Amino acid sequence: MMVSQLTRGERQGSILIAAAVALCGLALAIAGRNDLLGVHGAFVLVGSVALIAFLLSRLDSPEPDVSRRPSEYYDDPIKVGIALSMLWAIFGMFVGVWVAAELAWPSLNFDTAWLSFGRLRPAHTTGVIFGFGGNALIATSFHVVQRTSRARLAGQISPWFVLLGYNLFCFLAVTGYLMGLTQSKEYAEPEWYADLWLVVVWVTYFVLYLRTIARRKEPHIYVANWYFMAFIVVVAILHIVNNLAIPVSLGHAWSYPIWSGVQDAMVQWWYGHNAVAFFLTAGFLGMMYYYLPKRAERPIFSYRLSILSFWGITFFYMWAGSHHLHYTALPHWVQTLGMTFSIMLLVPSWASAGNAILTLNGAWHKVRNDATLRFMFVAAVFYGLSTFEGSFLAIRPVNSLSHYTDWTVGHVHAGALGWVALITFGSIYTLVPSLWKRERMYSAALVEVHFWLALIGTLIYVFAMWNSGIVQGLMWRTYTESGTLAYSFLDSLVAMYPYYIARTLGGFLFLLGAIVGCYNIWMTVRASPAAAETALKDLPDARWAEGTATTPAE
Amino acid sequence: MDIDHATAVAFSKSWGLFYLIALSIGVLIYTFRPSNKKRFDRAKKTILDKEDRP
Ligand code: HEM
Ligand code: HEM
Repeated sequence: MMVSQLTRGERQGSILIAAAVALCGLALAIAGRNDLLGVHGAFVLVGSVALIAFLLSRLDSPEPDVSRRPSEYYDDPIKVGIALSMLWAIFGMFVGVWVAAELAWPSLNFDTAWLSFGRLRPAHTTGVIFGFGGNALIATSFHVVQRTSRARLAGQISPWFVLLGYNLFCFLAVTGYLMGLTQSKEYAEPEWYADLWLVVVWVTYFVLYLRTIARRKEPHIYVANWYFMAFIVVVAILHIVNNLAIPVSLGHAWSYPIWSGVQDAMVQWWYGHNAVAFFLTAGFLGMMYYYLPKRAERPIFSYRLSILSFWGITFFYMWAGSHHLHYTALPHWVQTLGMTFSIMLLVPSWASAGNAILTLNGAWHKVRNDATLRFMFVAAVFYGLSTFEGSFLAIRPVNSLSHYTDWTVGHVHAGALGWVALITFGSIYTLVPSLWKRERMYSAALVEVHFWLALIGTLIYVFAMWNSGIVQGLMWRTYTESGTLAYSFLDSLVAMYPYYIARTLGGFLFLLGAIVGCYNIWMTVRASPAAAETALKDLPDARWAEGTATTPAE
Repeated sequence: MDIDHATAVAFSKSWGLFYLIALSIGVLIYTFRPSNKKRFDRAKKTILDKEDRP
């Protein structure tokens, strides 16, 4: 499927690109032969050689009819992106359940370094945020930009380059952690060579997106695209600034950041919070503004409000990062600035959540009957909840209770499970039937099962962490009459035990739901390919003949 | 002039305020300009179109 839409020349071009990547891998493997860098170089080399072999074997398979391209969307990379996203979801959530279980039963690391909490935890966060979330964002952005612009993606090879290149980055990241490679910046753990590679991929992504928008036949750029573009642009800026580092040598994976001390901390959390804002929020709002109206078959409640909240979110979030550094060496006024902007952020955040919910007002019967729409509705509710919670946690005295406790982890997963994952599943269930030209998902009942597993799993997870976090926070600040701490750290650890078990259970249910979802998607894709064939061939010839007027300029 | 901490604070507290206010006014004008209403209405409706071709 991957090559059937490429001409012979494009296949050769892809081979050249893969060969260039293979050479880079070879160079890293040789230069880093005495270091873990060499292992990664070897991975890159083997992967690209395998890709070259695959492309060579298909070099002479039938070529596509290029003249049809202007009248057809380019969906193959989207299909692969959805599949990759679901695979990463299973991997990342499985590791999440594993680390959750390790916190309850520490011996689950089996005394190996590979399975230790410190290495698996970033494998979890990278797996879910970048693997699952990132692939879903790339896939849906390719879909939304084409549909809302009524234009085909502005490239044949570049969408594949972006998708596969991005997954190479994720793969280097996760394998690196397992071997013990990290630059110790949360959500930016991969080392310099992986970071440089991501810059190349991301710039290609941005150029592809802009060129596609430039081809549009609609006069106005639909708001979902603005969110996706903010996601792409800001992630590029964040990634570059936060990862400015000098390698120990070109033959070593290790590097030192150019920032130091409190400035390094501020840059890191400026990055960290805006990763939340532009990776975990803006892009997913882009999904929401397209798939929710689409599924509900109702236009968004207020288009103007969606624009106002876009600019509000874009410009407020930039200043909020310092709320991660309350009570640190960071100047007091910078902390206060972050706190103030965090509270202001509630306005555009609730404007978006409210806009989504009001769109459904008058269609509640659909929300009741259609689990796909319900996924998106509940996601909007959790978006409202977690942003309210975030603004609250950003208030300095509140943060003195919540910081370092599981309350933060509860907040994270209210956002990550309740908002990010649920809006993604809702969007994928809307997208999959239309992408594979099916009437509907293979089983509506299984979507329903997934919905309840996900919702119950989220609630168990979040309530367990709220309880555990507040208990922890209170135990750490309870004094005896003589002014000493009433509880030792160990006491608070023992108190966490039941909550950690509950969290593992909640996460397991959530993972189970994702597995059910994978099965359902797989069966939808497999179902009666014959029907799909006719749907594809069923080209409205009359329209095609008069199509010259609507053909975008190449 | 030395660029020290106090300079940075003064700059952010003045210019930061002004450019954010200017920006908000710009966004408000764009959003509520009557001549934009038609494009916005069209944008929010056309995405519901069932046709799946460029
Ligand atoms: C199967 C479901 C999941 C389980 C069981 C799970 C479990 C965990 C655990 C045990 C931690 C470490 C907490 C600690 O250090 O005390 C964690 C951290 C984290 N997880 Fe998950 N997780 C799940 C799903 C997700 C998803 C879907 C996302 C994102 C889309 C996500 C994002 C994160 C983030 C960002 C952190 C770091 C939090 C922080 O540093 O405060 N998780 N998760
Ligand atoms: C108005 C919106 C939001 C505000 C003001 C906000 C604020 C905060 C605050 C104050 C913290 C705790 C910092 C600390 O004590 O260390 C935090 C942590 C976090 N929040 Fe939010 N939050 C918001 C929305 C969200 C959403 C929607 C998500 C989506 C998934 C999210 C993900 C996270 C993550 C991953 C962390 C943990 C960072 C870490 O320490 O590793 N937040 N947020």
